[in-house]
Amino acid sequence: MSDTAVSSEYYSRQEHVPENATLLGFWLYLMSDCLIFACLFAVYAVLGRNYAGGPSGADIFDLPLVALNTSLLLVSSITYGFAMLAMNRNGLAMTQIWLAITGLLGAGFITLELREFAHLIEHGAGPQRSAFLSSFFTLVGTHGLHVTFGIVWLLTLMAQLSRHGLNPSNRRRLMCLSMFWHFLDVIWIGVFSVVYLMGVLP
Amino acid sequence: MSGDTETHAHEDAAEHPGSLKEYLTGFVLAVILTAIPFWLVIDHTFSRTSATVATILALAAVQMVVHMIYFLHMNTKSEGGWSLLALLFTIMLVVIALSGSLWVMYHLDENMMPAGTHGIRDMNGMPGTRDMHGTHDMHDMHDMHDDNHDMQ
Repeated sequence: MSDTAVSSEYYSRQEHVPENATLLGFWLYLMSDCLIFACLFAVYAVLGRNYAGGPSGADIFDLPLVALNTSLLLVSSITYGFAMLAMNRNGLAMTQIWLAITGLLGAGFITLELREFAHLIEHGAGPQRSAFLSSFFTLVGTHGLHVTFGIVWLLTLMAQLSRHGLNPSNRRRLMCLSMFWHFLDVIWIGVFSVVYLMGVLP
Repeated sequence: MSGDTETHAHEDAAEHPGSLKEYLTGFVLAVILTAIPFWLVIDHTFSRTSATVATILALAAVQMVVHMIYFLHMNTKSEGGWSLLALLFTIMLVVIALSGSLWVMYHLDENMMPAGTHGIRDMNGMPGTRDMHGTHDMHDMHDMHDDNHDMQ
């Protein structure tokens, strides 16, 4: 009896501490990641018009391609949301299907971005050409690297799910990746607005 | 007992917030907020660049808030308010880093740009002693030539 009394006291004393410590910790990681991107955005904002006689944003940016990339990432955001809803209903198969669709959309995004980079480097507009292109490749490349690692994480979780099912640990991991994936879409809003759309303006 | 608390924590974590309606609302809003700036730029709707830039940035800010609310399920109560506090602190740091960098570097460009007209004008007007001597010498040489002409 005394044991129960002690434990209930323990619970009540712990009540004001956030209950999902992992999710809060992951959120704090995302906020620190946000600062990395803020620094890269600041670099681009300062150097983005230093063309050094090379091509400008209006010369090299292909807006329809950027629009396609943006929609791929946005749709992948909502398909990840559908995976989380399937997880809430304990539908393992549907969760896996939505995760697979999300991964494919992410892979499509990365493929288009790599093709754009290869095209630019091929035409002499690589990162060493001007301060504008250096900052462009650093900022957009860092975002692309994040998406790539997100896909690796997503594949890992799909393997985990097929092995262990929707156990509490996998649910927690899926929710962390959910935050990561949506966070990358938020960063992409900044990228397409500041880099691509404002880059082609005179 | 410790095992009991473990499962408790996991069960709390297992409940993902968000509903189909929330995701669809967020998606529709995000599509609209993405389509407008692309259309503005591709269609050259505004003749003034500053108007286009202001609209793009404003719509981007609104879309970020939409993503935060409908996709990341931010509210004042999640994680006991700690995640919102962390977000507000981060936004403050981001604003300081971005506005500070732009402010400092803009002024640095203005004052240090070697090829700017501002700099060239200053250099010409500068009363450097070496320059003064140089021009004097040239004048003297011209005078000498003139003298020779007169003599011939």
